[in-house]
Amino acid sequence: MLPNLGYGVLLLTFLVTLYSVVIAIVGHSKKSAAMIESARRAMLLTWPLLTISSAILIYLLVNEHYEVEYVWSVTNSTMPLYLKVTAWWGGQPGSLLFWGWLLSSFTSAVAIRKWDRDRDLLPWVLVVAGITLAFFLSLNVFFENPFKLIPGVAPLDGRGLNPLLRHPGMIIHPPAQYLGFVSFTIPFAFALSALITGRTDDRWIRLTRRWTLWAWLFLSLGLVLGMRWAYDVLGWGGYWGWDPVEIAALMPWLTGTAFLHSVMIQEKRGMLKHWNMILIILTYDLVLFGTFLTRSGVLSSVHAFAESEIGPMFFVFIGFTFITSIALVIYRWADLKSETEMKSMLSREALFLLNNLLFLSILVVSFWGVIFPLLSELFTGSKVTVGPPFYERATGPLWGGLMLLMGVAPLSAWGHSTIKTLGRAIWKPALVALLAPIFAFANGITNWIPLSGFTLVALVITVTINEFGRGALARSRKSDENFFVELWNLTKRNRRRYGGYIIHISMVLMGIGILGIELFQTETQRHISIGDTIELAGYTLHYDDLAQFPHEDGRYITRAEMTLVKDGEVIDQLTPRFDIYPGGQPMTIPGVRSTLVDDVYVILVNWEGISANSTPFKVYHNPLVKWVWIGGYVFILGILIAAWPEEEN
Amino acid sequence: MTENTPENTAPERGMPLWAQITIWSVLIALLVVIFMGLQRAQEGHVQTGAETGEFDFTMPLFEGYEYEGLQEISLVELRGKVVVLNFWASWCVTCKDEAVELEEAWRHYQPDGEVIFIGVDYVDTEPEARGYLKQYDITYPNGPDMGTKISQAFRIQGVPETYFLDRNGVVQHVQLGPFQSTAQILAVVESLLAE
Amino acid sequence: MKKLYPLFLFVILLSLFSVGSVAAQDGGGTGVSDDEVNLIAHELFCPVCENTPLDVCETQACKQWRELIRLKLSEGWTEKEIKQYFVDNYGARVLAEPPAEGFYLLVYFVPPIVILAGLFILFRAFRQWKKNDKDQVDIQIAEANSTSSSDTNDEYIARLEEEMRKRD
Repeated sequence: MLPNLGYGVLLLTFLVTLYSVVIAIVGHSKKSAAMIESARRAMLLTWPLLTISSAILIYLLVNEHYEVEYVWSVTNSTMPLYLKVTAWWGGQPGSLLFWGWLLSSFTSAVAIRKWDRDRDLLPWVLVVAGITLAFFLSLNVFFENPFKLIPGVAPLDGRGLNPLLRHPGMIIHPPAQYLGFVSFTIPFAFALSALITGRTDDRWIRLTRRWTLWAWLFLSLGLVLGMRWAYDVLGWGGYWGWDPVEIAALMPWLTGTAFLHSVMIQEKRGMLKHWNMILIILTYDLVLFGTFLTRSGVLSSVHAFAESEIGPMFFVFIGFTFITSIALVIYRWADLKSETEMKSMLSREALFLLNNLLFLSILVVSFWGVIFPLLSELFTGSKVTVGPPFYERATGPLWGGLMLLMGVAPLSAWGHSTIKTLGRAIWKPALVALLAPIFAFANGITNWIPLSGFTLVALVITVTINEFGRGALARSRKSDENFFVELWNLTKRNRRRYGGYIIHISMVLMGIGILGIELFQTETQRHISIGDTIELAGYTLHYDDLAQFPHEDGRYITRAEMTLVKDGEVIDQLTPRFDIYPGGQPMTIPGVRSTLVDDVYVILVNWEGISANSTPFKVYHNPLVKWVWIGGYVFILGILIAAWPEEEN
Repeated sequence: MTENTPENTAPERGMPLWAQITIWSVLIALLVVIFMGLQRAQEGHVQTGAETGEFDFTMPLFEGYEYEGLQEISLVELRGKVVVLNFWASWCVTCKDEAVELEEAWRHYQPDGEVIFIGVDYVDTEPEARGYLKQYDITYPNGPDMGTKISQAFRIQGVPETYFLDRNGVVQHVQLGPFQSTAQILAVVESLLAE
Repeated sequence: MKKLYPLFLFVILLSLFSVGSVAAQDGGGTGVSDDEVNLIAHELFCPVCENTPLDVCETQACKQWRELIRLKLSEGWTEKEIKQYFVDNYGARVLAEPPAEGFYLLVYFVPPIVILAGLFILFRAFRQWKKNDKDQVDIQIAEANSTSSSDTNDEYIARLEEEMRKRD
């Protein structure tokens, strides 16, 4: 009964959304305020409806209604409560419903808050967001019904969630990623609305500025959390493997980040209107494209969803939105003319453009690398692998260029800068930054890649701290206030700028970690018996004991006890283990000792076969990797400063 | 902040034609490629009715598993015979479920020479593959799928998979996963022989 | 490949409990260490677990591949010969990157060409912008901005305030 109710509500929501879209278009053409108001109310109604539908699904999940196919496929009786709830987004139908619910929440939030001020833009925002919502709901309604019943007798227990997903990371990584994906719909809807109505000034950008920041926060957070999850659970000593699904999530981030920068040029200088439109369209369609790639079976990947019938639907929708949006941009091309012109190749807006070029270049490399296996299969009939070495070599210099820009751009002025003014501003921080490679060199690093990498990191940090210090110092001299008070005031006066600077610092902190693991990671693998040792990078691991036992939730656990020794002193106990789930799925959990300098990361190489006499261990030495996570925390701080609502004044 | 007043707006100009043409052609090329990829993904393995003429292959054979004394077997030379093309691997567990049945069926047809069984060893290592062939006492021609070319041509989705080609080299039946019994194999082959 | 997964998992499970004599000895008695095998395996990709490097792939097929590498190493093959052997047997897809030949050249040439085209368009736009530079008032503002960039505190603050004011 309940599943039918859930499906009924879902179907109703779909119809209400369609109604809202149609009535908004008709209302707009007939200039009928009543019809548009009706469209708005219909859109507001989708949220409670989808909430009810989702609540029913969660109820079914938590109460083990295995007669529902989705519940059966993602839960079983041994799973803890939090995983049963989060199984909402643990499989294809549920995650589509989750997606729809988020989109409905955001659209409703827009419909509630900004309605009075922007009567001209908002009907079309409703239409664009409504069409997107209708699309996702139609997938649920026609193809991937989360409430579908299993014919015949209900199974006694479920199949259970994929073990790789049974992790606390499941609570936060997918929602963050989806939040980021979905919330870019709103700036996109505003952009299209501006194009449709011909209001091509920067109003849409101002209205969605904070949206975009939050969307970007969640997208970035999703990526970092995904990296952390991979590092903790996947057991291959790294956090990023240039897997198609990872790249699918990275691509909208690249265009989103470029967009975040280039809208500032439009706000300040009235330039690049076309470009901003194109960037937000790309971001929106890359979100759809990434979702398409991971859910259609076009590409095979370790974390792709099961093959499904929704591929063609996605294809049609991507084609429709992309072609329509681009046609609109071309149609409005003349209206989007710049109000001012670029003056200097070294002005801040020019450097922002370079930044855009670099982000888009990384996008080109990523996109090409992802679709090339497809091209090869189509045109030569044979598959190829485009793996990490390709991406690392191609994007490495581009990331480096972005770091250089982060170091230089804050010093250049809007409108006009010359080599002389820039040189005058940069020589001091540059000198300080040179201490980093000298220090690194003294520590035995002679390769030019890490040396230049660390120089760039130091440059960005010095320049950014200098910008903070200089502003606060200047203000405190003038106002006789305490330096730190002025530092706070300064940040408060222009949250976006100083939040942005903190984000820059967070990015280069991550850069430290990435340089460390990419360039200095070492590893060894050996079969040893209890009492033996493995040595790596000055560490010694003593293999003390091996325990194999069943866990109450059905897992079978194999766990090794190891003592980590450095310079003759015991510094830690590590317990790498692997669990075999009742379905036979294995999961490797590393033993990790993490410090600011390096991580010692040891796994039981379960696939090699394990016994007490001959246990295969793989040990990774990952220098500096902790800085990736530290960068992540600083990042959150920065974006909170940048995106926190300001008091109205 | 600068407002969009008539004074400082540049003269109206649309997007240049060459740019429009470039954008649309890139966009359409992209969509076409993705569409083709999608189609391929949806299609899955080679369907019944497919002519094997377009993906004829010559396969080297393992020593001791030759075909009429030849080191190689060529699909095109087998026209006129019913061909049972079985993809397998030594690391594949379910392949072992059908190994005995396949060999039994082969021995049933071998004397007449009307039907030929070919084992295509997918992504396998030779020592283990030989061990497998020996263990199940397989005698029909077997060889490695060099460069995974044959499996890609048939777009197999996994192992085991078996393709039944009629005398004209047309795929008439596809078996995904292992056979349940020898009778199942015989039934398919008989229907092809009857044609 | 989805249909294969349950199969693989079963295979893995099986391999776990059949702790054979081959895996049990370090190097399988060939004198070739795991590290030497992994060094090569890290740069190979097995078709049964796409996009996962061979050294961390858990399937039985990949396990056999690694043993094959070990065997070849013990027979004195070089890394290059072993990789070539894998390419001959399983196709170019086992390499981490397509070989730089024929159609595959596109993977290496298209991104740089597109990026260079982007750079070209950007510089052309710059040049055009500079040519169209007629807005005198703006230039004066800009120059006032740029000359004040470092000297006195007051000017610096003025610039800072100006920039902040302009934002909203």
